[in-house]
Amino acid sequence: MRGLLFATAALIAAPAAAQDHSAHRVHSQPAAEQDDAAQAGQEDESAHRGHSSLPQSAEVEDAPAHGESAESATGHGDPHSTNDDAMDHGSMDHGSMDRADHPAMDHDSMEHSSSEHADHRAMDRAEHEHMDHPPIDHRATGYGAPAAAPSASGPPPRAFEGPRHAADTIFGTAAMTRSRAGNAVMDRMSFGTLMLDRLEARVGEGADRYLWDAQGWYGGDEDKLWLKSEGEGAFGGGLESAEVQALLSHAIGPFFDLQAGARYDLEPDGRAHAVLGVQGLAPYLFEVDAAAFLSDEGDFTGRIEAEYDQRITQRLILQPRAELSLAAQDIPERCIGVGLSSVEAGLRLRYEIAREFAPYLGVGYEARLGDTADHARAVGEDPDSLSLLLGLRAWF
Amino acid sequence: MPDSLPLSRRHLITGSAALAAAAALPMPAWARGADMHAARKGFGTLAGEDIRLHIGRSAFEIGGRAGHAVAVNGTIPGPLLRLREGQRVRLHVTNALDEDSSVHWHGLLVPFQSDGVPGVSFPGIRPGETFTYELPIRQAGTYWWHSHSGLQEQMGHYGPLIIDPAQPEERVYDREFVLLLSEFTPLHPHEIMRKLKISEGYFNYNRQTATTGDMPLAERIAWGRMRMDPRDISDVTGSAYTFLVNGHAPEDGLEFLFQPGERVRLRIINGSAMPFFNFRIPGVPLTVIQADGQDVRDLEVDELQIGTAETYDLLVRPGAGAHTIVAEAVDRSGMGVATLTSAAGQRAAVPPLREPVTLTMADMGMGPMDGAGGGAMNHDAHGAGHAAPMDHASMGHASMDHGSMDHAMRDMAKLPPDANGVAVDMVAPMPLDRTGFPGLGLDTVSHRVLRYTDLVARRPNAVRAPERHLEIHLTGNMERYMWSFDGQKFSAVTDDPIRFGHDERVRVTLVNDTMMAHPIHLHGHFFELVNGADEAHQPLKHTLIVQPGSKATFDLTANEPGDWAFHCHLLYHMHAGMMQVVTVRPFPEEDA
Repeated sequence: MRGLLFATAALIAAPAAAQDHSAHRVHSQPAAEQDDAAQAGQEDESAHRGHSSLPQSAEVEDAPAHGESAESATGHGDPHSTNDDAMDHGSMDHGSMDRADHPAMDHDSMEHSSSEHADHRAMDRAEHEHMDHPPIDHRATGYGAPAAAPSASGPPPRAFEGPRHAADTIFGTAAMTRSRAGNAVMDRMSFGTLMLDRLEARVGEGADRYLWDAQGWYGGDEDKLWLKSEGEGAFGGGLESAEVQALLSHAIGPFFDLQAGARYDLEPDGRAHAVLGVQGLAPYLFEVDAAAFLSDEGDFTGRIEAEYDQRITQRLILQPRAELSLAAQDIPERCIGVGLSSVEAGLRLRYEIAREFAPYLGVGYEARLGDTADHARAVGEDPDSLSLLLGLRAWF
Repeated sequence: MPDSLPLSRRHLITGSAALAAAAALPMPAWARGADMHAARKGFGTLAGEDIRLHIGRSAFEIGGRAGHAVAVNGTIPGPLLRLREGQRVRLHVTNALDEDSSVHWHGLLVPFQSDGVPGVSFPGIRPGETFTYELPIRQAGTYWWHSHSGLQEQMGHYGPLIIDPAQPEERVYDREFVLLLSEFTPLHPHEIMRKLKISEGYFNYNRQTATTGDMPLAERIAWGRMRMDPRDISDVTGSAYTFLVNGHAPEDGLEFLFQPGERVRLRIINGSAMPFFNFRIPGVPLTVIQADGQDVRDLEVDELQIGTAETYDLLVRPGAGAHTIVAEAVDRSGMGVATLTSAAGQRAAVPPLREPVTLTMADMGMGPMDGAGGGAMNHDAHGAGHAAPMDHASMGHASMDHGSMDHAMRDMAKLPPDANGVAVDMVAPMPLDRTGFPGLGLDTVSHRVLRYTDLVARRPNAVRAPERHLEIHLTGNMERYMWSFDGQKFSAVTDDPIRFGHDERVRVTLVNDTMMAHPIHLHGHFFELVNGADEAHQPLKHTLIVQPGSKATFDLTANEPGDWAFHCHLLYHMHAGMMQVVTVRPFPEEDA
């Protein structure tokens, strides 16, 4: 149980760190008002909104119509506080300009002009803008004074007139649609890579061993298919452990991906696992990969890996690396005991002949702990070992 | 093979007439047969009312690097287009590539359908097609042209464009040279993009290490905590690029010949895909007379930073002998070199690359920290009040403790609510107007440098109060190599352009929430940089560098109806999503 808690805690902690503060922006929009906003696209509703004089309330317009960067500081929320007549324009900064009031609504000036060409979303918005911001003679608002800034309202209604796409009127919609489709995918290109993080020989007290740890991905900025494989064995003694993972990876913050999928162990015995993990770049530039595994036997385990690149020169890089393995229960057939079952610490010094090709030398320490160590001792194995590492880091 | 363009004005006319005649042949030599001939270095000149451009695949070899290229009329850069204000020109552009192509006339006031941005102003030029652009030439100055399709610009698809004024030139000079700064890489641009997506620091061999850099440990830890690299100046560096002047690598020995005593006009164009250059000619003062093709009051400096896609015109009066023209990449990973000399073959010493620059907390938008950050503050600009509205509400962040730093460094509430959190790794807590900052590395030199705040329009602009204020955030995620405006990549906002009313006067503030400088370009318009100059003399620009972690403001009269691209001119930033469409409506005839 200890282990389970530990693994769970690790899994929860990591994504929380990864998420950073994306949730914080919610505070600018009171939740209750977002519901109102959902209906604000309807004309009647929106017209009424003009009347509702809720002092200091931040009304939120309909989200779909948003997008003009005009309201950048407060976003589309564009709170119109209604009683700021006494505002000191001289001392206003641009941030507070967003909250600049708009004088009494002049409903006569509201026009629901409709243009055949303008799309609906734009129209909704045009009406809102016009309604919310009745004509003001901006030149009369003390504009000569250099410190006064213009209000940060949306574009004027005329900006929504005319064709939705100017070039369609000259080159035809068909031709333009095709070329627009190209723009719509320009920044959505998919890329892929195959990375051999560690391909190494381990020379220690017993037989010399080998290890591989590779991963590859294909996809875009936020969603990727991620493959991982690692395995280990003794030279001349055959493969002792080998696994492959196939994961769907989805960005959950600027630096972290949530990964879910399956793992299959080829050795020591065929066993399938469900995988849930996070991978990314933690503060202080630690590359972190943490995952929980639920096997088809019901065993729950976890693994946390972290590494850091310390550049000695532009090409010579010292990489400390640590890996913890955890188990929520004994897994006797794999000689794993409950709790923190093993730790691995390594220090690898690589030389990047090219960024993609870096041979390395290193030392590695592995220790089985607790019940796992007892299992090892019971079969006459040393629970810990120190090895000299010789390997290659490469990617394509 | 000196590629000097000894364009005394007499020569110019005869020379370009001959080339124009050659270009009018039905099948020019470079268009015949296999396309894969090596592109020639440097450019010829085309003029007249009908100009033909031919975009083709080629090979290019320079500075010991060889690779595939896209050449226009068989040269890299493509031909110099020499036009005259008031003329009309038809540009017949043939695309011999196996993919769509285009030409955008950078800085030209054109009907939107001739602006050359596929999917925005026109459909693009399909393989094998010829598209004719018709341009009334309404301005004079130094400009350039380039592909707006994919990443072709990186492969050589660009060239200079000079427009002589209708009235006699006001400035007196005896000779002029066009210097187009760019770069060549043997890597395919898609491979560059892939490498950046996998490992953003891939090309950077100037990073801080245990043995280099003088940043104190505590500060290094602070940068590490933010997951940022203070030596991340240019995404693509001299490790992949050979820096070129008019298509020539430093070892080519490109020279520009002048007669002692002459006044020489240099038209400097940064036609590169990525690098900013610090430009100087040691020992020769540079008098800035134009910025982005628009006249400014004479201003003498010793060095200036030219952002990607900017142009500067300089007058120099070099002494007899040889002078080295240095275009040093801002990250100090290499330089473009040529020689300005009064004696053919004579050379001056080439100065060594200077030490790499390191970003400061000011570049993270953390306000006026000490050190280099302080140099960024230009009090003249602030004195103008509206030039640099200090956000006092957020001043508190300057004193924040490290515990609260993570929150302060990425307060998503400062962005529009539909900003994509994944696309934003930082939100500048306290962005200041840094138009008084001369550019990375130039804040610490002892000689005179150009600052945006020194630019003053030579002729008055109509003074008009802005009717609206618009704030646009420049956002990014270095680690994922995502770039965007307001936290949304171009693909997420293709139906949601930035809208201006025709003839609307808008004050636009660009807030750079990243630690890289972005050269932001608006097509089809000049805007007035709010730089502390009096309102009638704010300099006109088409491309504006927004310094890291800062804001910059311009006044725009949106008087060119149509759809226009608006983007970061770092090619890979644009391609990664830092682009939007600006619409100006209605069209005047619909107004009636």
